[in-house]
Amino acid sequence: MTVAASGPLLETEGLTRRFGGLTAVDHVDFQLFPGEIRALIGPNGAGKTTFVGLLSGRIPPSEGRVRFGGEDVTRLPAHARMARGMAYTFQITSVFANLSLFDNVALAVQRRLARGEGLEAETMAALDRVGLAGRARQTAGDLSYGHQRLLEIAMGLAQRPRLLILDEPTQGLSDGEIEGFKALVRDVAAEATVLLIEHNMDVVMSLATRITVLDMGARLAEGDPAAIHADAAVQRAYLGG
Amino acid sequence: MTGAAKPVGLHALVLAILLALHFVLPDYHHGVLARVLTLATFALGYNLMFGYTGLLSLGHALFFAAGLYGLGMPMQHLGWSAEVALPFGIAFAALLATGVGALALRTQGVAFMIVTLMFAQAGFLTLLYFNEFTRGDEGFVIAQEARSLFGISLADADARYIAALILFAVAMIATLILVRSPAGRVLVAIRENEERARMLGYDVARYKLLAIVASGAMCGAAGAAYGLLFGYVGATFASVQYSILPLLWVLLGGAGTVLGPLIGTAFMTYLIDLGSGLTDAYMLLAGAALVLLTLFAPAGLLGEVRKRWAGWLP
Repeated sequence: MTVAASGPLLETEGLTRRFGGLTAVDHVDFQLFPGEIRALIGPNGAGKTTFVGLLSGRIPPSEGRVRFGGEDVTRLPAHARMARGMAYTFQITSVFANLSLFDNVALAVQRRLARGEGLEAETMAALDRVGLAGRARQTAGDLSYGHQRLLEIAMGLAQRPRLLILDEPTQGLSDGEIEGFKALVRDVAAEATVLLIEHNMDVVMSLATRITVLDMGARLAEGDPAAIHADAAVQRAYLGG
Repeated sequence: MTGAAKPVGLHALVLAILLALHFVLPDYHHGVLARVLTLATFALGYNLMFGYTGLLSLGHALFFAAGLYGLGMPMQHLGWSAEVALPFGIAFAALLATGVGALALRTQGVAFMIVTLMFAQAGFLTLLYFNEFTRGDEGFVIAQEARSLFGISLADADARYIAALILFAVAMIATLILVRSPAGRVLVAIRENEERARMLGYDVARYKLLAIVASGAMCGAAGAAYGLLFGYVGATFASVQYSILPLLWVLLGGAGTVLGPLIGTAFMTYLIDLGSGLTDAYMLLAGAALVLLTLFAPAGLLGEVRKRWAGWLP
């Protein structure tokens, strides 16, 4: 935990994952600095979800290392990485459908509270932040899809993470909901570093401070939104230029 | 959490009714209910793992028998007193649950059911194999004069009922406290969506092991108490039948409810008891009742009540 303020929050070295003959992630070196909103983009099958799976510990790497907050977490299981300050929201909504919204978020809050002090207040505050406080006693499975996505984000926020990984958070949201979501992420970025996998280029261009492009499991380009937009290789691989 | 008054009040009321029944029940039903309370403790232990954590074990006879034999063997062969043998039986069951849990939790779903079933069968066959000491299927009787705790003879019907009620009350209150605690919420989270619980930073394997050990200890306490209260120790209690019964009791009463195990155990005991008074084919009646309940109340008796009217039930 001896990282200087300017050092990367998250860093990978030669991170690789093979599935049989397929190399889904191929020797990726990656650095993410505190305070960034980083977007991870790339065509379908580029290895984005596998890559964040390696970062979060859901998938073990074939080769390479992951460092988080200056600590080598390569061999740590997913739950231990979350306990160190990562939070992960699923690409396919994965809430506790039979539990109340309150219980869903309370589960995210209670792990970091020693004696359960302030559980109710913090849980309601996280629900309030995504506009769901009025539905705290409803069953999560009864919510609309868009509200379930917001609940996922509330669970992410409630963990007070240092790094919030959002896997395609706007998928299936309406335009109005997407505007609300963008405001929410900007708000979150004041406290946490955000890593965002996103297909919606409007969202990426308006939110990201920096963009990493993956293609065929390798890092194709990295830069600020304007640079990525102008990059010829990216145009060919992804933006349909 | 808000609204603690209703659940606490309800469970206190149930215990008060059970105590009141002690004074009014005729002898026969008094004896039956003492047995139901002991077996309902077994069901409570099973429910902790199946109802709350979502781990379906087919081998819980092993833990009941571990308590039963952990108490009975040293009393019979080493002349231990009940005061020492009772905690030993519980500790033995908890230890066995730790070992079985550590190995069986490497599997999931159907494989977990098979592995727990196999462990229980191994335990059952071990009891038969060493029948010189265990008396196998035939079993053995614990002498009446040995069956006393702190000078109170548990062979006496009144003391036995009160002892069974205390056992049940302790197990029920422990369950209530656990499921309303943050740890209980994590167990339910694992039942509902294990991967999500892991990605919220919970060490799922550790919580599951905790559930198995707590469940094994509770079932072991029921087994040890059974030996002490009813004076019989036999390998039948380690057979597969006694792994299936707690599952049925819990399903009937309502998995994942605190009072469901008691309701299910009492319901099934009386169904068989009353049925056998009507016809020799009483198991057919029991079977028909089970099929009907499964069709029309899949969440169990109390589970349906919670779903329809009382969402606050723990």
